[in-house]
Amino acid sequence: VRLARRLAPYGLTGPGALWLVVFFLIPMFAMLVLSLETPLPTVGFKQAGYQFTWHFSQYSQAWSQYHVQFVRSLVYAGIVTVVTLVVGYPVAYWIAFKGGTQKTTYLFLILLPFFVSFVIRSLAGQFLLSSDGIVFSNLERIHVLPQGFHVLGTPTAVISGIAYNSLPFMVLPLYVSLEKVDRAVVEAASDLYASSRQVFLKVILPLSVPGIFAGFLLTFIPAVGDYVNNDILGGTNTTMIGNIVQREFLNDQNYPLASALAFILMIGLMIGILIYARVLGTRQIEEYV
Amino acid sequence: VSAKVETAEPLPVELAPAVHREPKRSWKSHILGIYTKLVIAYLLIPIAVMILYSFNSNSAAATQTSPKVSFRWQGFTVAWWKAWNAIPDLTSALGNSLYIAVVSTIVATILGTLIALALVRYHFRGSGTLEVVMFMNIAAPEIVLGAALLSFFVLINFHQGLLSIFIAHVMFNIAFVAIVVRARLAGFHREIEEAAQDLYANAWETFIKVTLPLIWPGILAGALLAFALSIDDFVTTNFVAGQTVTFPLWVYGAVKVGIPPQVFVMGTAIFLAGLVVAVINVFSSRRAARERQAR
Repeated sequence: VRLARRLAPYGLTGPGALWLVVFFLIPMFAMLVLSLETPLPTVGFKQAGYQFTWHFSQYSQAWSQYHVQFVRSLVYAGIVTVVTLVVGYPVAYWIAFKGGTQKTTYLFLILLPFFVSFVIRSLAGQFLLSSDGIVFSNLERIHVLPQGFHVLGTPTAVISGIAYNSLPFMVLPLYVSLEKVDRAVVEAASDLYASSRQVFLKVILPLSVPGIFAGFLLTFIPAVGDYVNNDILGGTNTTMIGNIVQREFLNDQNYPLASALAFILMIGLMIGILIYARVLGTRQIEEYV
Repeated sequence: VSAKVETAEPLPVELAPAVHREPKRSWKSHILGIYTKLVIAYLLIPIAVMILYSFNSNSAAATQTSPKVSFRWQGFTVAWWKAWNAIPDLTSALGNSLYIAVVSTIVATILGTLIALALVRYHFRGSGTLEVVMFMNIAAPEIVLGAALLSFFVLINFHQGLLSIFIAHVMFNIAFVAIVVRARLAGFHREIEEAAQDLYANAWETFIKVTLPLIWPGILAGALLAFALSIDDFVTTNFVAGQTVTFPLWVYGAVKVGIPPQVFVMGTAIFLAGLVVAVINVFSSRRAARERQAR
């Protein structure tokens, strides 16, 4: 019986853990292996395959060829995070402190876009931002905007598309952390003659820092790897690293280069995530997820 | 001050504290409230667009072999709702999506629930590692999950199709289900199970008749999340799909050539179904909470 009790957790976690090992951890390793392969000389028109070598040349090539897109992805994701934080914080604050009995309704409305397919959501963005869409065509007609005005294809369109998709992921953890703020502490501060600005800056804001961190994680990381928004809303001069990875993998089938790119992306983000998990603990972040 | 107010005005005493607590600068929170509602409205616009354009009568679309949605509003019609399955490729893509969502949800929910049970009940070696792996799985961007899995399939020469999509969907859903179920398990009292076993129920009977009914709402919530993530998944699926097409993949492919209104019809239908299930879930869990309180 004691042995059964000792083995029980392994029996329970076994199948799921095995699935994660085989289809999540081993593939990560497979990606590394693939990135170290070099193409065999082509026979006729057909690619003859790849051979494993300890050549890291894919990595230097990947970096020298695509560092612009890497940096651009980080910059876009950074802007997206700041924008969603600035736009989302007041929303989370108001719902947490003034939402009253309607809190769950507001949260539900914020989650509602997730019931719509991600691709369709980006597409709706295209409808809205397109020059002959319902917004700009009418603004042009009443001469608020100059003729020939366009947003599609610009960084603004891509960033606002990603920001739109990330906003709920920023608002929810912020709300959770603000909701946890002890109201008695806030009252105590104002009883001690703190102005409302001081109450916010010295009490509420510091107490909501975990929410800001979680929101940062939930928006920044998906934003760096995003390529759908750029594909639908962007143009050739807004290409992100996700687009390159997707193209090299699926269109050009240059697997070594593609997996080298994805591996650089993963290592960079994973180091960030693990430092994060160390600082805050995985439990706390999962709570916000 | 408040005492004076109470005596000076013919207000009921119970209302007086509320008067006292009224913040001085309520216009500020008023503006914040309006702002919040505007942001929420902005978030809901794409839903409105999707529903609206599923009713957009489009003369060009009716005559062409592949009808496209025009950005211009041309009047109301229910024609697209009647002809929702007029595009065979799209209908079969939706079928693939539903099929994979159902099957992968069932598998991921079972595996995730078992992990959650183990993590809540036992302290065992490797539980920390498992948590880190699950955390990485959730935190890793989808493009990395998809790229890694494709690398793996390429290396072992695994055929990419329905099966590989199913594998991928279970892979990214297990951790989500485990976390949702674990959160609901936190308030679970082991004493109830022990009581059942004292009354000569064996381990299996205890699980089926006592444990499962109690943790069922949590499992259902995990399954709903898994289903939603699966049916909507684009990025990971795109990497491992091979020649197989799911609903999001079909829509994505159609963006460049033009979106037929049927896409918005199906999108709206999925949206409404999700909405109904979510609302039912909220109300039934609220009622359960009320019943528990009443007891």
